Amino acid sequence: MADLNPLSWWRRFWAQPNDSRAKTFAVAFLVAAVSAAAVTLTAVSLKPLQTANAERERSERMAEMLASVPGLNDILGDVDASSVETRIVDLASGTYAEDVDPATFDATAVAADPERSNALAPEADIAGIGRRPNLAPVHLVRRDGELLLVVLPVYGTGYQSTIRAYLALESDLNTIAAISIYEHGETPGLGSRITDPAWQAQWAGKRVADETGEIRIAVVRGAAGEFEVDGVTGATRSSNGVSNLVRFWLGENGFGPFLANLRDGKV
Amino acid sequence: MARHDFRNILEPILDRNPITLQILGICSVLAVTTSLATSLTMSAALTFTAATSSLLVSILRNHIPPSIRLVIQLTIIASLVIVIDQLLRAYAWGISQRLSIFVGLIITNCIVLGRAEGFAMRNPPLPAFLDGLGNGLGYSLILLVIGTIRELLGTGRLLGYAVLRTVDTGGWFQPLGLMLLAPSAFFIIALLIWALRTWKPEQVEEPEFRLRTTEGRKSA
Repeated sequence: MADLNPLSWWRRFWAQPNDSRAKTFAVAFLVAAVSAAAVTLTAVSLKPLQTANAERERSERMAEMLASVPGLNDILGDVDASSVETRIVDLASGTYAEDVDPATFDATAVAADPERSNALAPEADIAGIGRRPNLAPVHLVRRDGELLLVVLPVYGTGYQSTIRAYLALESDLNTIAAISIYEHGETPGLGSRITDPAWQAQWAGKRVADETGEIRIAVVRGAAGEFEVDGVTGATRSSNGVSNLVRFWLGENGFGPFLANLRDGKV
Repeated sequence: MARHDFRNILEPILDRNPITLQILGICSVLAVTTSLATSLTMSAALTFTAATSSLLVSILRNHIPPSIRLVIQLTIIASLVIVIDQLLRAYAWGISQRLSIFVGLIITNCIVLGRAEGFAMRNPPLPAFLDGLGNGLGYSLILLVIGTIRELLGTGRLLGYAVLRTVDTGGWFQPLGLMLLAPSAFFIIALLIWALRTWKPEQVEEPEFRLRTTEGRKSA
């Protein structure tokens, strides 16, 4: 008759030799389960704090980028939060989505929501983002009612991670004022050099599209001319990632329709 | 606490220092010692991991099947490291960004796994915990010495406060750029090992190969 008392069963189980197959499996499983529980608990409970940190980093980068735009300080005096206006744009029509409150708009949630984003065809998805949200925020920097800068939050896939950046356009909407990469997970020491201020400074003053409206800006090796930016040595795919995401978000599937409307004074 | 327990802590700090005697864990030393603040954070993270993982492995030691013992040890170490990494990201964001992957790489640090496998598997929990703590402190000592030298000579500051006034700010001190590069850590470690082995000659290793003399060749 088998002994069904769980306590003595438990004791007999642990008394088994260590190399018995059942005990090997059981110990492996128990250690894995306890470790997984501990890791999950910390990760989930600390998530809000980490998100707040990432958020703070993002707003610091935004202020930093606005401060790094050449000549902006002279024009604006001090860039304070009140001169930056955030609006939500319907990307397909290129108009403002008036019924969405920018203060509560959650761009990451929209990008992941199948009802509020569209799957991109592989040939259109040059930035490697999979789904494009229907709505996206833009930040407009004005002074005395006159548009100085348009800041677009952009993202795309680099070598091994999603690169997120702010792209600032001057008031002609065809000249890059600055780019600031605030989040990425590229290889430290190689791909991570895309955050190098010297490399990002190369973007300032580059033009986006030629007279025919074709987007020409790109990262190339040995850049020359007003449409080209030099790649980071040893980080071709990270540099190309930045190039692709800039081209995508300025193109017709990205902020293209909105920028066209803004240029024509329709919004 | 018995006297020999103290020895478990004190011995790895100078007499059996994991870095200078066993030359373990060099990779992270090169990477994180550019400033004292990152050295301090890394030291605390490694000391915590080494002590706690030795304790846990020692508690489980009688039930760890020999065929999967390394997997079990690594699982325990890896979980602790992830927990620390998450804590740093939550409470010390700036430093965690500067340490980047090196906190995660504590998992593969030979000191931690070496103490779990070499000591904790065969000793009761208290000595194992103290041994892990001692080895962590031994690592920390070297890290802090190198971090202090590199930050002070490389930037003229300590923990971000100006100590030596640099030429840029109108002082006399010309920062040594080399100190901020990885090779300088090698040089400092080498000098430390030299100093330590001169002080304690018993740490000098037997040469693995001797030049054969004519006499030796005859007898061979």
